[in-house]
This record gives sequence, structure tokens and C-alpha cells, in this order.
Amino acid sequence: MNRHLLSAGDLSREDALLVLDTAAEMEAALAGRSIKKLPTLRGRTVVNLFFEDSTRTRTSFEVAAKRLSADVINFAAKGSSVSKGESLKDTALTLEAMGSDAVVVRHWSSGAPHQLSHWIRGSVVNAGDGTHEHPTQALLDAYTIRRRIGRLEGLNVAVVGDVLHSRVARSNVLLLSTLGAEVTVVAPPTLIPVGVHAWPCAVSYDLDAVLPKTDAVMMLRVQHERMQGGFFPTTREYSRRYGLDSRRMASLPDDAIVMHPGPMNRGVEIAAEVADSVRSTIVEQVANGVSVRMAVLYLLLGGQTDIDPGPNEAVAS
Amino acid sequence: MSSWVIEGVRPLGGEPTTLFIDAGELVEDRPVGAQVIDADGLIALPGLVDLHTHLREPGREDAETVETGTRAAALGGFTAVHAMANTDPVADVAGVVEQVWRLGDQAGHCDVRPVGAVTVGLGGERLAELGAMADSAARVLVFSDDGKCVHDPLLMRRALEYVKAFDGVIAQHAQDPRLTEGAQMNEGEWSGVLGLQGWPAVAEEAIIARDCLLAAHVGSRVHFCHVSTAGSVELVRWAKSKGWDVTAEVTPHHLFLTDDLVASYDPVFKVNPPLRTEADVTALRAGLADGTIDAVATDHAPHPLEDKESEWAAAAFGMTGLETALSVVAASMVETGLLDWAGVADRMSVRPSRIGRLARHGQPLEVGAAANLVLLDPSARWTVDPGATASRSRNTPFAGRELPARVVATFLRGRPTVLDGKPA
Repeated sequence: MNRHLLSAGDLSREDALLVLDTAAEMEAALAGRSIKKLPTLRGRTVVNLFFEDSTRTRTSFEVAAKRLSADVINFAAKGSSVSKGESLKDTALTLEAMGSDAVVVRHWSSGAPHQLSHWIRGSVVNAGDGTHEHPTQALLDAYTIRRRIGRLEGLNVAVVGDVLHSRVARSNVLLLSTLGAEVTVVAPPTLIPVGVHAWPCAVSYDLDAVLPKTDAVMMLRVQHERMQGGFFPTTREYSRRYGLDSRRMASLPDDAIVMHPGPMNRGVEIAAEVADSVRSTIVEQVANGVSVRMAVLYLLLGGQTDIDPGPNEAVAS
Repeated sequence: MSSWVIEGVRPLGGEPTTLFIDAGELVEDRPVGAQVIDADGLIALPGLVDLHTHLREPGREDAETVETGTRAAALGGFTAVHAMANTDPVADVAGVVEQVWRLGDQAGHCDVRPVGAVTVGLGGERLAELGAMADSAARVLVFSDDGKCVHDPLLMRRALEYVKAFDGVIAQHAQDPRLTEGAQMNEGEWSGVLGLQGWPAVAEEAIIARDCLLAAHVGSRVHFCHVSTAGSVELVRWAKSKGWDVTAEVTPHHLFLTDDLVASYDPVFKVNPPLRTEADVTALRAGLADGTIDAVATDHAPHPLEDKESEWAAAAFGMTGLETALSVVAASMVETGLLDWAGVADRMSVRPSRIGRLARHGQPLEVGAAANLVLLDPSARWTVDPGATASRSRNTPFAGRELPARVVATFLRGRPTVLDGKPA
């Protein structure tokens, strides 16, 4: 593993499988325990540096770090593209001076975690940067698919929606193709990036044609500002052409699953009855997110200690 | 006024000879008491002329001043620069262009030709007093809203027509504003991967096509700043084939660097128009070689460190270029066999002088010409150190690169502004 996790593309197949296997061990180690805590990262400091609000991702990382007994500092930094507060570099140097072992960063600007990694000695984990990547989301999605279907190799995965602006789509295309899945991105042509032909995936504008041969369909959130930006005529039309309703869900193979990174726009990209159906993995994805982020922090911070705390020990001190 | 003997120098890379300088001109006979320069192995070119320089004064003296910018220009072999109008206040009235011209005159490192804004405040809504700027002491003939496109087609038509009265030229920053809202880098494979909003080639090409047609329609000349795409080269080639009075410039960085560098997310590579693809670089080089592109212009755009050490999306657009231009052209055009040194002189001095109507620059190195010239060592190689530049800013994309050819001396009307590679 590299010292940082900036892009899903940085993970080799071996690295990615190691994260997924470690996440499974994490899950198993905590299963059935009343005290959900491992001593592995005791004394280490993890900073959640969030330049953009994201309660779910921040909480997921916070729970993951705490379950590994790390000290967690939540650092909600001001500063949007409009009102620049303290510079990214000064924030980085401040955290560095406080002695952080890992910085989990969410930022509105694509590439900010890359830049941070030049200024910080500890590990940098990209928790979503602009419209670039969100590698731990892809890892938890891969984990979820493998847990539900049993494998990734040779599976057909459709990623549906605003691919152009989606960091989830970018990371998933890279990671799932590394792991041997066949990925198809599906969107109206206005929401497909110009350079997509170089991506390790297929492209389709026709959701109905793709669904019958899909093992896992991942619905992306339609951002409110895209609805205003003229990328498609109306939300209703988007929903008709690219939304997953129960009629469309019925065209999926029997064992296929339905995924969504959340937060959902029920009734836009996904119908409520689909989100709540047995095929839906949406709640599992959240739970798996904690295990996967535990694995990432553990591996990046060089967790040498055995994950298994032993039958009677749990968190001793 | 000093007199000089330059021995063993190769004008335009030709046979070694001796040049005599006296009273600001190249002269026939050896001047009495002249200082002698052993120029064995050096090449003489007419002093370089930059059609596109941001000197930042007035307004952003933290980035550059006329003094520091023109010193950098002299070190880069330039004897004249055109100072762009996007200062604060904007150079859209006679007072501001005269101030910039005077500052240049006082600094004395090279001639400063202010560029006047086409529209008031670069606002794109109504014409600035172009005639007043032309009639001022600064004698402005090149007008540009550079940094912004004169997007309104009717306003562009009027501007093209209006400057005919005093032989002016509109230098268009070709960028359709709607197609490039929020744009961060070239739209292509890399923008898709990096999640940065794309700046499509068509946004430049559509404006170039339109303005070629407008210039032809009203019988004006038009100049295109920093063309960056293969399609732009084709359009300019087409317009020239029609006999229209269209000229174009390319920057050294667009001749040398490509958009894959953006993968570092280092804003030193953030520039407008953005770095393009290898295919564009190849087409730009070919266009410069065959004369479709008339000139190399630096688009020297200094920025203080804090404006470049931020998130990519928040960082300023622009790169410095005055001190590296000749070397980058040597690397991309001479070492590749696309241009000889006479060709470099044509594209970096003769033709830009003609576009800017600078009678005493870009002249042949012959008796009677103004002694505006640069001596360069074609065999030298040097490594770009941003800390060692004369520019007040450090945002060179060539930092750490080894480049060929080094400016040894620059003469402005017979007076050395640079000797032994240092300010004289």
C-alpha cells in the first residue's frame, strides 16, 4: 500500500483485495462484541479535515477511527471557492505541527488531497475531492458487492447518473475494473465526460438496454445544481429516462443488487420502493463503510498489531 | 553613447563576422575606442519583441513591476515588449498607457509598448477611447481585452473597423465565455480523469473563425493571442489562404507542455488558454514552422506565490515566460529541426515588430539598423531555477528543466542591457 489513499487508481489489485479482506476481518473481529473497539491504533491521531459538509462520510470515518482506538479530531475548515479562509497550506502546516498521523480530507476542489500530501508527513486519505474521486466509497461499494454476490471478477456493474461530476463514479470505474468487473457507465450524453473513451469501462445512454445484463446497478445522486445547469430538460424527464423505478428493477436478473452512495433523491434517480426493496444494499453500504474505513486507516497507519484482540481481552486499558 | 565591436559572431547562425555598433546603430566601420566582445560561438539575432507581456503595474506590483518585468525581458533577449492592458486601473485611457510607457522609458531595460484595452474596463460593453490612446505619448497601436474575449460580435466588428483609422490592430483573446464558464483545464481525457472542468478547443476556434470572417468582411487586420489548438492553426491557415490580414501568436509553453502535467494538481501548470494535447503541440509547432503562426509571444503572467499555492480551482491562471522563451523555442523548434535561427529571428523579432508596427525593431542586422540585438550561446544548457529569475514572481512551469541556449548579451539601441548573461 502507498502511504496515502488519494485515488482508487493508485490501488493495485493486491492492495484492493487486501483492503477488502482486512475489512472482512474487522467486521468479524467486532461481530457480536458488546464493546465495539479494537486497540490497534491506540495513541495515534486521525484528523477529519472537512472543507465541505458531509455528515455521513465524516461520521463514518470518525466511527472507524474510534473503533480502532485512535484519537479523532474533527476539523471543520472554513473556506469555499468564494470565501477563502485560511489557505489549504496553512491548515496543513497547522495539522502537521499538532502531530497528526492521518488526515482524512474532504474538499470542494479536485486535487486538494494530492496537494495536502506534499505538505503533510502523515497519511492523507481522500474522503472526496471536488468532482474527482472518493476512493473509500468505491472500496465500500466493492466490499458490498463481494459480500452480497460473492465475487467481483466478471460481474457486470452499471454506474448510472451524473458521471461527469461524480467522484463516486470515477473511483468505482477505476477500482471495479482493477478487480475484474465489467463496468458500464450510463447517463445522458451531457453528463458523460468528453474523455470517457479512455476510461476502463463501457458507455451507454440507454439504461433499459443495460439493466437486463447487470449484476449490480449503482444509482448516482442527481445534484440540485445540475438540475439547474441545463444538463437535462427537467427532473421529470431525467427520472423517466434514467431513474430506477420498480418497472425497470424488474428487468434486472434475479440476483442483481441495487446500490446508492447516498444521500438519495427518492423519486428522482431512485424510486422509494426500489430503495426499500430487498435488492437494495443502501443501508448495508453504510455499515460496510465503517469496516472498510477501519481497514484503510489500519493499513495506512501500518497497523502491525494483530486485529483480533483475543477472546477475553477486548480493550484492556 | 557607447560603441562596441562584436567579434566572431554569427548573425542568424550564419558565417562568423564582426559587427560594429556606434551611436545606437550598426555601422560600417570599426568605431574608435570601442569595447570589444569576443563573440566566438555566439549567434546574433535582432532583439526579441514580445507581443504579449503582463507587467502588472499599475495595481499588482506585488506580482511584477514595469522595472522588474522589463529587466526579466532584457535577460530573455527582448528589446521591446507589449504590456497588456489588464492592470488595475485598466489601461483603457491615455493616462494609464502613458504612465506605463513612461515607467518603461525610465527603467530603460527595453522598449515598453503599452497595449490599450478594447473596451472600457475590459467590460466588453463599449469601446474605450482607442483614438486617444493612439494619439497619446504611448502611441498605442495594439488593442486587446486580453484575459477576456471581445465576445460581442457587433462590438468586435466596430473595434476592427474603428482602428483602421490609425492602422491599429485588435489582438483577440479567443475564448467563448459561455463555453468556458468555470473551466479549469483542457477538455479531454485528462479533465475527465482529474475531475476538473474542461475548456474545450471549440471555445477558442469558434471565436477565431468568427473573427477571421469579421476582419475579412470589414477589411481590417486581426491578431490572435496565444492560439493553443490544432484547429486554430487550421483556421488561421485557411484565413491566410484567402489573403485576409490575419496574424497569430503562440506561447512557448503551448509549444512545449501538455495537459498531462495537470495530473500533479500543481497550479504552476494552470494557464489560460490551458495546456493542450500532444497533437495540439505538434500542430502548433508545424504552424509556427510554416509561418501560419506568425510569432512567439510569451504571455508572461507573473503571480505571487500565494495565488499559486492554493487549491487548483482557486489558483490564478498564468505562467512567467520572458526569461525562458528563447530557450523553450530553441528546444521545441531549433533542436527538432523545425526552424533555423533565421526562422527564430523571424518569429520572435521580425514579424512581431511588423504586427506591432515597431519600425526600429526586428530589422535585418545590417548597417543602418538600430542596434537592437541579442547574442546567444546556442551550445549552452542551463537549468531553470525559479529563485534566480529577475521577475518578481516565481511561477515558471519550467522549474528544474534543463533547456538549451542562453542569452549572453542584449543591446537596446547600442547600449547593453545584459552582458555576460547578467543585467548590464
